[in-house]
Amino acid sequence: MLNLLRAKLREIYLTAIILVIAIAVTFKSADFMTSGNIIEIFNDTSILAMLALGQMLVIITRGIDLSVASNLALTGMIVALMNTQFPELSMVYFIVLAIVVGMALGAINGLLIWKLSLPSIVVTLGTMAIFRGVIFIISNGTWVNSHELSEAFISLPRTVILGFPVLNYFGLATLAAVILFVTYIKAGREIYACGSNPAAAVYTGIDVGKIQCLTFVISGAIAGLCGYLWVARYAVAYVDIANGFELQVVAACVIGGVSIAGGRGSIIGCMLGCLFLGVIKNALPVIGISPFWQMAISGFVIIAAVVLNSKPAGKKKKIILKPQSAALAS
Amino acid sequence: MLNQLKNKSGLFKDKSWEIALLGVAVLVFIFNSLASPYFLDLWNLSDATFNFTEKAIIALPMALLIIGRDIDLSVASIIAICSVAMGLVAQAGGGITLIVLTGMSVGMLAGAINGFLVTYYAIPSIVVTIGTMSLFRGLSYIILGDGVLKDYPDGFSFFGQGYVVGALSFELVFFLVVALLFYLLLHRTVFGRVVFAIGNNPTAAFYSGVAVNRYRFLLFVLVGLASGIASVMLTSRLGSTRPTIALGWELSIITMVVLGGVNILGGSGSILGVVIAVFLMGLVTFGLGLLNVPGIVMSVVIGMMLIGVISIPVLLKKYHARVGAT
Repeated sequence: MLNLLRAKLREIYLTAIILVIAIAVTFKSADFMTSGNIIEIFNDTSILAMLALGQMLVIITRGIDLSVASNLALTGMIVALMNTQFPELSMVYFIVLAIVVGMALGAINGLLIWKLSLPSIVVTLGTMAIFRGVIFIISNGTWVNSHELSEAFISLPRTVILGFPVLNYFGLATLAAVILFVTYIKAGREIYACGSNPAAAVYTGIDVGKIQCLTFVISGAIAGLCGYLWVARYAVAYVDIANGFELQVVAACVIGGVSIAGGRGSIIGCMLGCLFLGVIKNALPVIGISPFWQMAISGFVIIAAVVLNSKPAGKKKKIILKPQSAALAS
Repeated sequence: MLNQLKNKSGLFKDKSWEIALLGVAVLVFIFNSLASPYFLDLWNLSDATFNFTEKAIIALPMALLIIGRDIDLSVASIIAICSVAMGLVAQAGGGITLIVLTGMSVGMLAGAINGFLVTYYAIPSIVVTIGTMSLFRGLSYIILGDGVLKDYPDGFSFFGQGYVVGALSFELVFFLVVALLFYLLLHRTVFGRVVFAIGNNPTAAFYSGVAVNRYRFLLFVLVGLASGIASVMLTSRLGSTRPTIALGWELSIITMVVLGGVNILGGSGSILGVVIAVFLMGLVTFGLGLLNVPGIVMSVVIGMMLIGVISIPVLLKKYHARVGAT
């Protein structure tokens, strides 16, 4: 039991911090903990949480996907433009289209990383700029506004079923799929193997590059789906939507304890990281702090989270010969 | 995977990468002068250099940092926080010297924060600088909101708009001098050798008695200082500070470094390559600008250049392997 507690220390900390913030804010404004506002927080956090799940898989295999926000924006623009052309089409087609387009964009990243052994940070830094630029080219820099989109297209994520908007169900479905993937599917287990020791993974017969490619395809598919949800939720598509959102996604993972060095990361931690950012985002206006603070706070929290999780090198100065792994890490 | 990219370092020994870059740059130059009658004009060319000299000044220490296996994604945010600090000093009536010193010292401080977090806590530099990227930019937003600072004294505009002789701008001269200094530092001093040693094998460097973390810390401070100087020039050129200043610059700076042949995984690279890459990127963006290509489309070209450039050595190697096998 004690070991279990120790293993879940970060999750317990995070839950406690989130609760403390929520209670403190409730003292300031009683509206904060009402069911309406809590649903609002879940609603605000759903897209972030979905993207973070995909990003988590990528980070566990020692990669990073900086192109998710651009992928989201490009896919969002493509489905929005399709919707203006074919407003009568059933929503199923648009959702499938969004997932397929996102998947294809993710596959571009994945194949470059797998087939050419390129570092993921450089590839996705490049595709981040390329995808964003392509939005401008296909839209000529114009906006797709709400009156150009069909009613069904916009209203789907907001339709309330059993008290929750459909957007939340998309989030829950993604969560369930990722949980099943990493616990019951062979490739899902292999993700952790690739991240914690790629050399050993190769010797056990795992194609590390292929698994990495797979995580980018999944991350892309989720980003594509989120592209539709984002455009529908805010009822507008333009070049700059979700600009810089990739940092929040990575931040949520890092806060949730997903190790950037690969191999470690739990779904619960990742979700708590998203919830933490979501609660802060909702709490700031309630306690009267300008939204301009949000960026600095999330930056500070990322650093605090990794510092708390680190083993300071400075305290080990007396050791003459470090173990090799420690020397490499420092 | 590491070895595949590491083998690229053979290319640099015979300078074929630099020669190839130079060839492309000359081609772009010729293409541009044929495509637009406005290209071959001394003042137009001089104006065009303003678009990349500030980034290029950061690219030089960034090359050293990446050779030493680290990376700094927070440079653009450091520019923002330095610019805000300088704006506040100017608003309080500070003189030009004080403003410039403020920009440089805030930059160094920001770099020192990155360096401390990376070396003392042994956190990967990419995580730290993603965090400080939000933190520094966020602080600029907190201080300025949607406001603007523009009470800069008259003489301050020299750093970003002044000319030394004729059409030769202060920015360009400064960049060339700094590039020469960095060339000497990386290729002609012990410091430079140590940076390569750390990048090739940090463990071996550590066991050979190199204070690895002290060097890494210094490199972060150097990148911070360069960002501070770039901030002085950019602020002086624009004449105002907004929290969105230099947004997204880290992409073009890292592209310059990688295009210049610096291995993103560390261990190899040259200042000459980075300098040629800087001019190549300047020529490409200037040429596209003359052809009325919007900035966001240029970023597509830059992104493709980035991916293309790192793919070429790998593809060549695969091709050679296939030819050798048959």
